[in-house]
Amino acid sequence: MNLIAELAGEDSDTKSRTFVFEEGGHTFGNALRCIISRYPEVMLCGYTIPHPSEASMHFRIQTTGPRAVDVLKQGIEDLEKLCDHTMTVFQDEMAQFKAAN
Amino acid sequence: MDVIEEGRSRLILKENGVLNAEESDYPGSYTIDDIWSHEKFKKVFMVKIVKYNETEMEFDLIGIHAAIANAFRRLLISEVPSMAIEKVFVYINTSLLQDEVLAHRLGLIPLKADPRLFEYRQPGDTDGTEQDTLEFQLKVKCTWNPNAPKDSTSPDDLYKDHKIYTKHMKWLPIGGQGDIYKKRDVGPVHDDILISKMRPGHELELNLHAVKGIGKDHAKFSPVATAFYRLLPEIILTRDVEGEEAERLQKCFSPGVIGIEESEYGIKRAKVLDARYDTCSRNVYRYEDLRDAVKMGRIKNHFIFTIESVGALPPDVLFIEAVKLLKIKCRTFLDELNHV
Repeated sequence: MNLIAELAGEDSDTKSRTFVFEEGGHTFGNALRCIISRYPEVMLCGYTIPHPSEASMHFRIQTTGPRAVDVLKQGIEDLEKLCDHTMTVFQDEMAQFKAAN
Repeated sequence: MDVIEEGRSRLILKENGVLNAEESDYPGSYTIDDIWSHEKFKKVFMVKIVKYNETEMEFDLIGIHAAIANAFRRLLISEVPSMAIEKVFVYINTSLLQDEVLAHRLGLIPLKADPRLFEYRQPGDTDGTEQDTLEFQLKVKCTWNPNAPKDSTSPDDLYKDHKIYTKHMKWLPIGGQGDIYKKRDVGPVHDDILISKMRPGHELELNLHAVKGIGKDHAKFSPVATAFYRLLPEIILTRDVEGEEAERLQKCFSPGVIGIEESEYGIKRAKVLDARYDTCSRNVYRYEDLRDAVKMGRIKNHFIFTIESVGALPPDVLFIEAVKLLKIKCRTFLDELNHV
């Protein structure tokens, strides 16, 4: 099954897209929005969960030039790097704390 | 601190409301560079461990956005897995507690088993395997105590086994489980959790299957009692507060927040010692003569994170598991995007 789809009816322009995440939710949606909306070439970025009893999450990106898909990819990559860095820093601190106590 | 910097980094606590609660640090909002970059994040992000023990920890996440901190909190509560009793096979239940109520109570017992060592049980599988199931037996019969003192009316003297505790649960290793795990590593976190009470003649014979699950499915699978964060409070005295006023000011805040120092001339002067554990109640604003002396705020990117583990895994491991889950989500979506 496809985890990410595109909402139909926007083929003319690659700058704007609404992506449909099969399993997303506020946890992933808001974290990703937080990063993507801070890119300089992004005009609008937002997400919604259209129906509370369905798992799907709609994620909208509008840019001033680059393809929306590329921006999405960049955003997820940055979020992944953030997770890696958070883990490293937390584990270092934890090791230091345990050594000191 | 200039006005712009204050608006970006501080929440302002007024008498009847909170100002600056929204995030405004988007590119274009100010002349400051707000563009997201991983290098910049690496420079500002800090973790500080404040308290730690087996079940509870407090640490600071500094230089992170609310959306990210909230993602970790949500993952801890509803997506980090743990083991809990999911299926109860009732062979005998002549106690007063109905089967379904008893089964629900059993489900809520926290287990020590490490969920990382188990698989999720496949949907439709009713028996379970040694990779995905822990089996327990609960077999107790309540009887009269023949040696009870004649004049006693206490149930503890009159009956035997009338209180069913988690210590009555017997672990039945499936397959090779007995070689891999020890009894104390898989059983209930506490031995003295009261499950049910019985009277002579009542009897229980149950088989319990514990499986791996997540909090989204049922709260019993949540590995944390609570996981929450708050923003670091900041209290600034804008003028000197002395004498009786100083003592009154001290009483407006949580203990240890405001200190009083005495000068060599015997004047008592209020001083902010540590705002960290202030509850941020707006008591000062009740006093006309004190309200102009303080400025209350919170630092927007300084999160005081508290994790209380239920007991299976220590809280630091739980946090790492939560971050890993977010990473795995990113990974699966990226793989999908790269294949299109």
